[in-house]
Amino acid sequence: MLDLHGYGPRLLEGAGVTLQLALLSLLLALVLGLLAASAKMSRSWLLHKTATLYTTVIRGVPDLVLMLLLFFGGQMGLNLLTDLLYDRTGIDLFINLNAFAAGVLTIGFIFGAYMCETFRGAFLAVEHGQIEAGKAYGMSNWLVFRRIRFPQMMRHALPGLSNNWMVLLKTTALVSVIGLSDMVRVAAEASRATHEPFTFLIPVAVIYLMIASVSEWAFARLQKRYNVGFGEH
Amino acid sequence: MELTTWLNELLSDNLIFTPQTLGYYWEGLVTTTQLVFLSLLAGLVLAVPLAIGRSSGRRWISLPIYAYTYVFRGTPLLIQLYLIYYGVVFFDGIQETFLWPMLREAFYPALIAFTLNTAAYTTEIFRGAIKATPRGEIEAARAYGMSQALMMRRIILPSAFRRALPAYGNEVIFMLHASAIASVVTLMDLTGAARFVYARYYAPFEAFLFVAAIYLCLTFAILYFFRFLEKRLLAHLKPA
Repeated sequence: MLDLHGYGPRLLEGAGVTLQLALLSLLLALVLGLLAASAKMSRSWLLHKTATLYTTVIRGVPDLVLMLLLFFGGQMGLNLLTDLLYDRTGIDLFINLNAFAAGVLTIGFIFGAYMCETFRGAFLAVEHGQIEAGKAYGMSNWLVFRRIRFPQMMRHALPGLSNNWMVLLKTTALVSVIGLSDMVRVAAEASRATHEPFTFLIPVAVIYLMIASVSEWAFARLQKRYNVGFGEH
Repeated sequence: MELTTWLNELLSDNLIFTPQTLGYYWEGLVTTTQLVFLSLLAGLVLAVPLAIGRSSGRRWISLPIYAYTYVFRGTPLLIQLYLIYYGVVFFDGIQETFLWPMLREAFYPALIAFTLNTAAYTTEIFRGAIKATPRGEIEAARAYGMSQALMMRRIILPSAFRRALPAYGNEVIFMLHASAIASVVTLMDLTGAARFVYARYYAPFEAFLFVAAIYLCLTFAILYFFRFLEKRLLAHLKPA
């Protein structure tokens, strides 16, 4: 049916790489975003400034530049560190920063900054009286976070999270530039080899659209879940 | 390795920023600015009629435009760039037209891809702004006996543009950052210059941190420009 000149299996593998990369970076971005949002809202001057610097710088520089910096510079930095370790202690160590790890780290790091802004706005939207009520029940800070702040925050954060996820998904295409065989790289290679760009690039575009549509549906369900008790929204 | 020798080596690496390499960066800055400015301008011109069509009640007008924005906003810009860069050859007879010498270079395919991409995002931004026009304004215009076109020109669009300003500022910054992928199709934009300097001197930190700083400055310039515009144009919406 669809003649892909034998590139079909590799393209499918590439789609797997794209999905893994996107999901792992999402996980990292969520963790970093929560941490950075907490730091930004904390009373500590140093934590607040550090988080502000992080979100400002990351959001001011193109994703691709950060990715190239981490991929090419990261390996050099790691080598310097392991060299230093070898000179000091004699432990011979070689850490190889592969394209996949560099991709997950950079994308996670970048979107952590965006998630931070989303989470911060959402946490601020939770009424203070709710938190006071929780404390009045004798809940610990952690319990207040888990039972009151987090679930209500998610209601406000979900539209932003969904947006960030869609942008993140498209950003994964950039890892093809640093040599990772995601579906974009496979499609570009195949296009060059066979001189049939449409045969490979259009299916890849369709896969992206499909992932986006499925995510939209999933986020709509999540939104419904977190909106329980607040009527239609 | 001693720390001092390491430091010395790092400083001697400053040979990287010679007048020649700074020239590459300058040319890259010019290319990036041209690409971003021209694509934003063309995208804006395309987006206004598309947004009006997208908010039209006639589904045969609004649906195709929605399909266009859905596809261009739902797929990576890199794919769109590849499709146009590799695909332009396959339009029958294009190699005989006067356009071919232009399209053969990477600049124009990149410009077309960026324009179509930003037009899609801008269309949706304007459409949201048009939809948010207060009913009272439309009723008042109708009561004055304005035609649909006059109402669009005098009432809906001016107020929609103002409402769209913050979101459009984000789109401009997004476009500046997205333009970095032009370097993938051999264009010597800012990122392309950085990649060249990196490859030549094998100095990733200097090459990429320098270019990151330039992008950061450009981002802030755009940010403050739009803040200034908002202050001027949205003054009537400020709380007293």
